[in-house]
Amino acid sequence: MNRVLIKRVLRAGALNFSRNVFVSVASILVMTVTLFVVGTTVFAGVILGSALEELRDKADVNVYFVQSATEDRILEMKASLEALPEVASVEYLSRDDALAQFRERHKNDQLTLSALEELGDNPLGAVLNVKAKDISQYEAIATFLQNQQSEGAGSIIDKVNFFDEQHRAALERLQSITDSASRLGFIIIVLLIVTTVAISFNTLRLAIYTSRDEIHVMRLVGAGPFYIRAPFMVEGVLYGVIAGVITLLLFYPLTYWLGTATSGFFGGVNVFSYYIAHFFIFFLLIVGTGIVLGVTASWLAVRRYLKL
Amino acid sequence: MIYFDRVSKLYADNSAALEDVSFSVEPGEFVSIVGHSGAGKTTLVKMLLAEERPTSGAVFFESINVHEIPARKMGDLRRKIGTVFQDFRLLPNKTAYENIAFAMEAAGRPEEEIHSDVPHVLDLVDLGDKINNFPDELSGGEQQRVAIARAIVNQPDVIVADEPTGNLDPVNTFEVVQILKKINDLGTTVILTTHNKGVIDALKKRVITMDRGKVIRDDREGKYIL
Repeated sequence: MNRVLIKRVLRAGALNFSRNVFVSVASILVMTVTLFVVGTTVFAGVILGSALEELRDKADVNVYFVQSATEDRILEMKASLEALPEVASVEYLSRDDALAQFRERHKNDQLTLSALEELGDNPLGAVLNVKAKDISQYEAIATFLQNQQSEGAGSIIDKVNFFDEQHRAALERLQSITDSASRLGFIIIVLLIVTTVAISFNTLRLAIYTSRDEIHVMRLVGAGPFYIRAPFMVEGVLYGVIAGVITLLLFYPLTYWLGTATSGFFGGVNVFSYYIAHFFIFFLLIVGTGIVLGVTASWLAVRRYLKL
Repeated sequence: MIYFDRVSKLYADNSAALEDVSFSVEPGEFVSIVGHSGAGKTTLVKMLLAEERPTSGAVFFESINVHEIPARKMGDLRRKIGTVFQDFRLLPNKTAYENIAFAMEAAGRPEEEIHSDVPHVLDLVDLGDKINNFPDELSGGEQQRVAIARAIVNQPDVIVADEPTGNLDPVNTFEVVQILKKINDLGTTVILTTHNKGVIDALKKRVITMDRGKVIRDDREGKYIL
């Protein structure tokens, strides 16, 4: 492809764009809405993901040890738990830590504190808080602990709360809620994107429909398919780039305004900080989607009228 | 040069737009095809430009069956045939200059040639002062002259003018016919379809008369007889 041809195609595309102001503005507006929806779904996905992650993080299994269990044996068990592929982290809480945590939790409850003083000795055992990589993996960790108990470590384990029916039900409920939320979120995002992309696609097709007679004339004066199609694709690129830039500009004040509100939300993500930190990726995603959409819609729409 | 060999065109309801049409056109000829509306004149032009396919028969241009030319090579054929239509068919978002330049660009002509030839050809049709006007800023006659300039700028072997005077007043009709005659005098074959009796009688050239899809007369120096 030579330089003269590229220059002619670019010039023709830019001229068509500037001379069909109404069609260009309408196409850019519709495409801006599409790209805005694409961007918004990314933000929604990030907030939802972070909220669900925090929810999942609240789940754990606690292994309570008897008071006589030595630290060595507990740390030994901690090491063997950490070696399991399902385990994300294991936090060790010594007897003293457990006591300190207990005091902190009941600092306003004088009756409990004075009862504790009465006992004189620390009545609490050490604890291992085990977090799995996924909620569904607690079952496997519990089975491992059960095996440990029956193999002799049982003498130091007082209780594993996974076998507590209430705790287990809560974990299962949490898993089903987070799974449904992710699935629903994904379906809504896909539906929104498909709908707005279809609207955008149709607008560009209508824009090119108005040019069908011109395409016919171009064919009759001997223009080849590439020479007819390429300027429309250049127009599509221009629509995509301009709509992309408008969308990115719109997100700046919008995320700034929503930033504090979203950081207070239980995911804790500040959308403004997220937007600024990931601006380059947003730029590629939004402008890239605009260009791909513009070029594909133009290519397909012109193809229909090239059959002559 | 052009040969219609027993060409028929039937539509789905079995009505015939063309029926067993055969004739040939020699290089440098000026041939008028006349007939009432619906006689099949425009269908004949569409067959030559490969816009429509015949139900039977074949159309040859320089011994090539135009309907066997692959789509990607169709541009080559159409650049050898300049076309002028009743409704002008100019590109509405391009100026007179750009409309003509577009045909040259489509033929892959270099920029320098376009810069020198377009003003020249616009001068030939007496529109040198309307070079930067858009079609909607030109009268019907002026638009048709731009269309003729576009048709001749690539120096095609044939000019096909399908009812070029259909939307014009008598003065513009006369001017357009004079331009077509001049083009023919310079050696280009011209095929003109019309139902304007005055034009045909003044031309004194070959006339093919059509009626209901059939060729009913083919006269060397014909008149409009229907």
